[in-house]
Amino acid sequence: MNKMQKRVGIGLLVLSLGGGLVLGVSASDREKNEGKPRADVAPVQNTLYSTECGACHFAYQPGLLPARSWEKLLTGLGEHFGENAEVSPATLTALREYLTGNAADRVDHGRSRKINASILDGEKPIRVTETGYFQKEHRELSPHMREKNSKIGSLSRCEACHTQAAQGSFHEHEVRMPGEGR
Amino acid sequence: MKKIAFMLGWMVVPVVLADLHAATVDDLLAQYQRDGAGPFRAEQGQALLNQVNGSGSASEGNSCAACHTTDPRGAGKHVKTGKVIEPLAPAVNRDRLQDADKVEKWFVRNCKGTLGRVCTSQEKGDFLTFLTTLK
Ligand code: HEC
Ligand code: HEC
Repeated sequence: MNKMQKRVGIGLLVLSLGGGLVLGVSASDREKNEGKPRADVAPVQNTLYSTECGACHFAYQPGLLPARSWEKLLTGLGEHFGENAEVSPATLTALREYLTGNAADRVDHGRSRKINASILDGEKPIRVTETGYFQKEHRELSPHMREKNSKIGSLSRCEACHTQAAQGSFHEHEVRMPGEGR
Repeated sequence: MKKIAFMLGWMVVPVVLADLHAATVDDLLAQYQRDGAGPFRAEQGQALLNQVNGSGSASEGNSCAACHTTDPRGAGKHVKTGKVIEPLAPAVNRDRLQDADKVEKWFVRNCKGTLGRVCTSQEKGDFLTFLTTLK
């Protein structure tokens, strides 16, 4: 058993426990976070995912795209937005389970439901930034605001503006535009 | 006796980490040599870092240095996503070169992304030699 397999094994274990945890968390969320707004999408609590899919960019939460989109994205990791993001078959299986199991059309977080509702049945966008909901929410800052502000390279960099993005929270009042004070 | 040595080792964490990367790199280099590569030269590794490639994907930049900068002792930045990439040289970043699988995974990804092909054992050996000789 090499290291990779061991790690995947641990990943799978975490995943199988994860299913139960996710249910538990969403049930207790409301009480625990009283007063605080509930996370828009479930935060990432899967180390395999944050390591593998958070290496080159923000680890997009599974609740940002529907399961069919994640399926499509995962079948093309050899050519991932012009880059190679290949993983071993065992890792791929674990990532697929995590992403599709917690996808926007499989969970009841408010923002996930809205994202899912903005995608037509036959469509499988593999960019969050291509979904109708995302585009509607960001219409006002594109494109002239981006032209004015060279620090904003791409809208794909959620964490550049949404200070609580890693916690799965994208509320308007937590936004801080790069290069602009508040 | 072994146990005591092991425990003492952990008390001197920096030493252990240094040993870990040295052991990992030694294993990898030995494996590349079994593939027929070697001897390895740091200058060649540095040349690979800076080599500008015609065939790589534009998004990745067309050289390793596009994301990693020309000095592996400093942090780099992903040309497309803007994510900070911590220094590659173990002399300044102890987390580097400790896990052979991880090293090989990123060789596959970034060689394909940047050069449009996998790297040879010679290239990988030269590159690791370059990284580990930096002070
Ligand atoms: C080798 C680097 C690399 C790895 C590893 C990687 N990605 Fe990406 N990913 C990229 C790049 C580059 C982009 C394009 C970013 C841009 O357009 O600004 C991207 C874009 C994306 C997007 C679209 C973002 C948007 O809405 O515009 C998603 C979703 C995504 N990646 C998911 C993943 C998942 C899931 C994994 C793990 C299986 C992963 N990525 C691993 C480099 C990587
Ligand atoms: C350039 C800065 C910037 C980037 C990058 C960015 N956003 Fe936003 N986002 C904003 C701003 C500003 C708003 C508020 C827009 C408005 O209300 O007019 C917003 C609004 C939102 C909202 C609605 C918030 C609410 O309270 O209704 C969501 C959800 C969201 N963004 C998600 C994302 C995700 C996911 C990403 C990455 C794929 C992302 N954003 C990338 C600036 C950004």
